Parts: sequence; structure tokens; C-alpha cells
Amino acid sequence: VQADGTDGNCITFVLHDEDHTLGNSLRYMVMKNPDVEFCGYCITHPSESKINFRIQTRGSLPAVEPFRKGLNDLMGVCQHVLNTFEVRLLPEALRG
Amino acid sequence: PPLAAMAAKRRTEEMRDRVVLGEFGVRNVHTTDFPGNYPGYEDAWDQRRFEEEFRVDVIREEEGALEFDMVGIDAAIANAFRRILLAEVPTMAVEKVFVYNNTSIVQDEILAHRLGLIPIRADPRLFEYRNQGDEEGTEIDTLQFQLKIKCSRNPQAAKESSDPNELYFNHKVYSKHMTWVPLGNQTDLFPDADFRPVHDDILIALLRPGQEIDVLMHCVKGVGKDHAKFSPVATASYRLLPDITLLQPVEDEAAEMLQKCFSPGVIEIQNIKGKKVARVANARLDTFSREVFRHEGLKNLVRLARVRNHYIFSVESTGILPPDVLVSEAIKILMGKCQRFLNELDSVPVE
Repeated sequence: VQADGTDGNCITFVLHDEDHTLGNSLRYMVMKNPDVEFCGYCITHPSESKINFRIQTRGSLPAVEPFRKGLNDLMGVCQHVLNTFEVRLLPEALRG
Repeated sequence: PPLAAMAAKRRTEEMRDRVVLGEFGVRNVHTTDFPGNYPGYEDAWDQRRFEEEFRVDVIREEEGALEFDMVGIDAAIANAFRRILLAEVPTMAVEKVFVYNNTSIVQDEILAHRLGLIPIRADPRLFEYRNQGDEEGTEIDTLQFQLKIKCSRNPQAAKESSDPNELYFNHKVYSKHMTWVPLGNQTDLFPDADFRPVHDDILIALLRPGQEIDVLMHCVKGVGKDHAKFSPVATASYRLLPDITLLQPVEDEAAEMLQKCFSPGVIEIQNIKGKKVARVANARLDTFSREVFRHEGLKNLVRLARVRNHYIFSVESTGILPPDVLVSEAIKILMGKCQRFLNELDSVPVE
């Protein structure tokens, strides 16, 4: 992760070894945050596997916060999906 | 006027949660339910609301394939699961082939390529990734297989027979001829393990008398992003749940024609008071060939749409790991990615 930006409100993260898999899902979670004015990601060049992830917040919230919240929310979603999925499959296993 | 308000509300509902297939294009493709876009809708992320609306239904589970529904999730995350299933769930596959003797017709590199594509029944979670630059391979990251086979002539064959099965021994090299050669303390680490290719009847090469193949293979752990041989799924795909609505009642011949436009089972004809009326029975079966749009009389009577947050996943495994384990692993990998960045955020101070 590398971060550079102008002031605390807008930040561009450079995430190495990532692509649309994390980029798009993280963008969706960050966009769901009402404090975020702009969120987007782009792949700098298809031969390099890194993405530029930009967050701009409205107001004075430091831009790292929505990023952290987005990651935590995405982890929460995955955990819930995993739990629901495994519970769903359990009767199959019990039935043998 | 309340009627216009209701129509407007229906239109926004449609824009928010249906992807509409028009005659010449698809409308409402992108997710728009972000906070601030629609006045009066509460769109900020709410974990509790998500957990209430989310559900998973397993439709069909066979030994190598799994079909399940995920309702209440967005395209970005469903696609992330699909991409991880294809490219980032690790498996073991043959990477290095040490050729001691190959006098067959199949060239060394072609043989090595074919051996790499054979799925190996070995749980990748028991192994580690090989370190970069490590040529030898240790027992925790490598599985060794040997393929040693020689073709010879059958002296008892009839004089005029031309059937190779009778004339030669071992002329077909199958994957069942691959044997596991334990490295170091692997016999202690995996006492009752049986590492072999998933399928015994994969034809690797054909031989004739006097030709032999003697190779040693190293299997390592890898991901599909590196080479497609490491992909654990035959394929993993999803589609959105179809939603077909009849805008007007359709009767008689039009009903018959409508039934033929869709996949069998989608539209059923009921006999109401002597007239044949069409009804949407099971929209899920439809494959959306859009045949309706070719008939002038029918194309305005139906609305073809898809439900935006209902995904029908179909995961077919190559046999290395069962498909439900693959989906669980994919979800865990996405969590691992998030955790990695959270850890980096906490450890490195942001300048």
C-alpha cells in the first residue's frame, strides 16, 4: 500500500498485487458510506498488477477512515456469507 | 395525483432492482443504490439490514457440481467470489518434469505440458507454497510422482491381428500409471494419504514396442492466476434470476406463440372460461434467447428483466476439492485480502 494525496480529505492508495476482484468489491463498500464524496479505482496498466484506489470525503473526515471502514465492512459481509453458506450446507453433510 | 406518484415509484423501484433487457440493449445495468442518489431511500451500508435480507439456498448438490442461490448481495462481491474461484484458490499440479528417458513420439515439452494439466488429488491446504528460487523442493511444498513405462510386443498375439490392444503391452500411457514417490518424511506426515491423479483414465501418450517414458514430476502449490492448470474449478459462473412480466393478458394464438418463444416450462397455458390464457409459470428456467422481440405482435406484451441482487451460482469442480469447500475457501481468501490491507494500514503510518 502506498498513499499520497493533497490534504487529508482526498487520498489515492496504490494497492499492489490487486485487481478488479478486490478493487470493485471494495469500491462498492466504500461508496455505501454516506461520508464519501468520490470513490473510484483504476488499473494503471494491464501488465502491472496494481490498482489506484481514490477516496475523497466531504467535510473534514480523514480519507483513511472510509477506507478502513470499507475493509471492515467487506470482512463483515464475507464472514456473514461464509456463515450462512456453511449453515446451509450442514443438513447435506448430516444427511451423509 | 396518486396514480402518477405510484407509477413514478414503480419506475424507481424498477431502476433500482431490475436489469431490463430491451429490444436493442440492456438498461439499468449498474448498481445505483448509493447514499444520496435517491431521495427518501436509506442506502448507507447497514450490516443488520444486509443480514436480514441475505440468504443462500442450495438448489442442487452433486458430487462434482454445486448450484446455489445468493440473494441480497451486489454484483461487485458476487463477481469477486467468481473471480477468486477461477483464479485464486490454490491447488497442486505438476510443475517440473525431470525427463530421464523419453523415446516416445510425444515431444518432451508436449509431454510436460500434458502432465501439468492433469488434476492431482491432493488437498492443497496441507502444503505450503514453494519459496522463490528454490530448485530442489522440500517435503512441505512438493509432491513427487514417477511415470515409468515401457511398451513391449506381445509374443502370444495372433499372426494377422492388427488390434494394438492385442499386439502390444503398455501401449497406452494412462494417468493411473503415475505413482507417488514420498519425499523425506512425507510417509510420516501423511500416513494414510493416497496422492494420485483424480481420474485414472486420462490418456497421456501412446507408445509402440521399444519406446519408453521415464520421468520424475514435482507438484507444487499454485493459483490459477499463475497458470490455468492450477484452477480448481472446471468452471464457476453465475447468472441473475430472470424476471418475466406480462404487461397485458395474452390469449389464444398469441399465448401459444408466446409459449414457444421461451424455454420449455417458462410459460404455461391455462384454460380459463374456454379461452387459453398465458401465465408465467417458472421464470427461472429461461435462458433469455429474446425470441419474443422477433415477433411484432408479442414484443410489447412482455417485459424481460433480471433481478439485480439474486445470483444463481453454478460451481463445477475438477475433483480435487468438493465444490462447497471451494466456495468456502474463496470467501476466506477474500477475507484474507481485506485483512492484509487492514494490517498494513495499522502498521505503516500514512504520510
